[in-house]
Amino acid sequence: MNAPTSFLELRDLRIHFPTDDGLVRSVDGLSFQLERGKTLGIVGESGSGKSVTSLGILGLHKGGRARISGEIWLDGEELVAASAEHVRLLRGKKMAMIFQDPLSSMHPFYTVGAQIVEAYRIHNQVSKKVARKHAVDMLGRVGIPQPDRRVDSYPHEFSGGMRQRAMIAMALSCDPELLIADEPTTALDVTVQAQILDLMRDLQRDFNAALIVITHDLGVVAELSDDILVMYAGKGIEYGTAEDIFERPEHPYTWGLLGSMPRLDRERTERLMPIKGAPPSLINVPPGCAFHPRCAFAGRNGQRSSTEVPELLESEGGHLVRCHMPREVRLDIWENEIKANLESS
Amino acid sequence: MVTYIIRRLIGALLMLIIVSMVTFSIFFVVPRLAGATSEDFASRYMGRAASSEMISVTAEKLGFNDPIPVQYGRWISGVFVGSEFDTGAAIEQCPAPCFGYSFIKRQPVWPELVDRIPVTMSLAAGASVIWLLGGVSVGVLSALRRGSIFDRAAMSVALAGVSLPIFFTGIVSLVVFSYGLGITAPGGSFTPLQENPAQWAYNLLLPWITLAFLYAASYARLTRAGMLETMGEDYIRTARAKGMKESSVVVKHGLRAALTPILTIFGLDLGLLLGGAVLTESTFSLKGIGDYAVQAIVSNDLPKIMGVTMVAALFVVVASLIVDLLYAVVDPRVRLG
Repeated sequence: MNAPTSFLELRDLRIHFPTDDGLVRSVDGLSFQLERGKTLGIVGESGSGKSVTSLGILGLHKGGRARISGEIWLDGEELVAASAEHVRLLRGKKMAMIFQDPLSSMHPFYTVGAQIVEAYRIHNQVSKKVARKHAVDMLGRVGIPQPDRRVDSYPHEFSGGMRQRAMIAMALSCDPELLIADEPTTALDVTVQAQILDLMRDLQRDFNAALIVITHDLGVVAELSDDILVMYAGKGIEYGTAEDIFERPEHPYTWGLLGSMPRLDRERTERLMPIKGAPPSLINVPPGCAFHPRCAFAGRNGQRSSTEVPELLESEGGHLVRCHMPREVRLDIWENEIKANLESS
Repeated sequence: MVTYIIRRLIGALLMLIIVSMVTFSIFFVVPRLAGATSEDFASRYMGRAASSEMISVTAEKLGFNDPIPVQYGRWISGVFVGSEFDTGAAIEQCPAPCFGYSFIKRQPVWPELVDRIPVTMSLAAGASVIWLLGGVSVGVLSALRRGSIFDRAAMSVALAGVSLPIFFTGIVSLVVFSYGLGITAPGGSFTPLQENPAQWAYNLLLPWITLAFLYAASYARLTRAGMLETMGEDYIRTARAKGMKESSVVVKHGLRAALTPILTIFGLDLGLLLGGAVLTESTFSLKGIGDYAVQAIVSNDLPKIMGVTMVAALFVVVASLIVDLLYAVVDPRVRLG
């Protein structure tokens, strides 16, 4: 267990939940690295293990029923084996999180200011007055007008976009070095989404934090991310720079995600290409490649896809892909079958 | 916020008016529909030997021949300015607040109720503190340790508590603790608080605990259900993500939200109890409002029954008004409505 040089590194993280129906393998051998000032987008369908991973990094599964193994290194410290109390003290201060639905994620009985003050005072021994001033500053910083008045408003008195700004202010109140945003714009109007994404990008630059954006929306990822991790059934199946994923994707699942993304530059008459089937049960993950029952190309590998779990292997320059097809075949399919289809209209 | 308070006040007032109308109707309108005459009403207030002419005169003097709304108005105005009843033999005084005049006992109802209110209030106050603290803490612990032995044991006891009537638990505990072990006061003991607080508490301890047990059981179940729900809310996850201590998460964020519905029920329960804890008062021979109501019904003393009904209704309405106002303090979203 030697400490990595990266700011954040996950090594073979596994988060399993024993249930009456069997073991739910929500995260099953996930590894990635992230540096300060960089943004990682984690993409996948519901139930692919994105949110479980982020809660795992924050240590929010500790003390629950989850079985966690592997390593999470944050700034030279390993968190999986660390005590719950130690991780609690890092939570909110060194690493913070922004949740999907800002209305249900803020306590309805406390003012927005009180909730920011609370977050700040957990980790800073300051008077309420000082903390309140800090809360006003933070609200101003995330673009809430008249922050000295709005600080005493309740969450239900804010609009959706305002609430998410307040949520961001709360998460950033202790200058976290790692910020995880779980579907930060999903609950918002499209016009507000863009504002929030802009805000997050600006703030990340100001704070020089490492940012993980979890989403099923490839548009959000394209907007923010330096690197992208595509998850399927608890595993990373493709990892690369944003350019790798959007320009040279090599995994059939990633092709499927790209094909199911609505684009304005395509004809209205053309139909989206949804991925067939449904995400697998995390209790009975299909043998071999978990994606093979839904994969149009699985047949090209004989029986291999349904018997042998593919490794996450380097394709080129840090671009990792978990697929049995040889690289040349994948590139050939992308260039001649998929890309052509996506751009045909 | 001000409009909210005004609306609630008006609502409470309307509720009282409706209750008074219904009460009045039950005793003075419904019997007429069933064929009762003014003389029938008047005869209730007179001796058996009264002649029919005397009854007619009394019916006129007591106003039973007036239109119903006038009778109702007279009854209500008595509460504010007092009343006089001319029975022919004498003029009976009933000073404000006149909640009725018992012609059987020849005395106004209100002073008797005033004597009994401290008993019922003492009983309700002590019991409610015990059941609120006990029920809520057991409920919280049960929710946090769901499925544990503690949870199962507590919920079994709670089920027993809800199911066992107070005249069973009360008598059993009187037999065991008062007459057997001699560690609590026997039934019928009451000392006013201002006279001797220690004796007051000692005498009421057993009724408090028995009554509280009944309520604590349902409060434990309610709290447990509420906590299980709130602890799964997104804002609890946010509180944890901030790095809050788990104990603060449970109390400041979880319990705070889970308590609001309990507050509503608590207000109504307390209001109902203040209007007379009939079974508890009977079991422990306490001379409270509930006992008064039972006596009034047994002796068929209409003005007493009406008086105690109105006072009990007043308690419930005031209690629910206080709860509504507290609710606005606790849950800021209510203030909009």
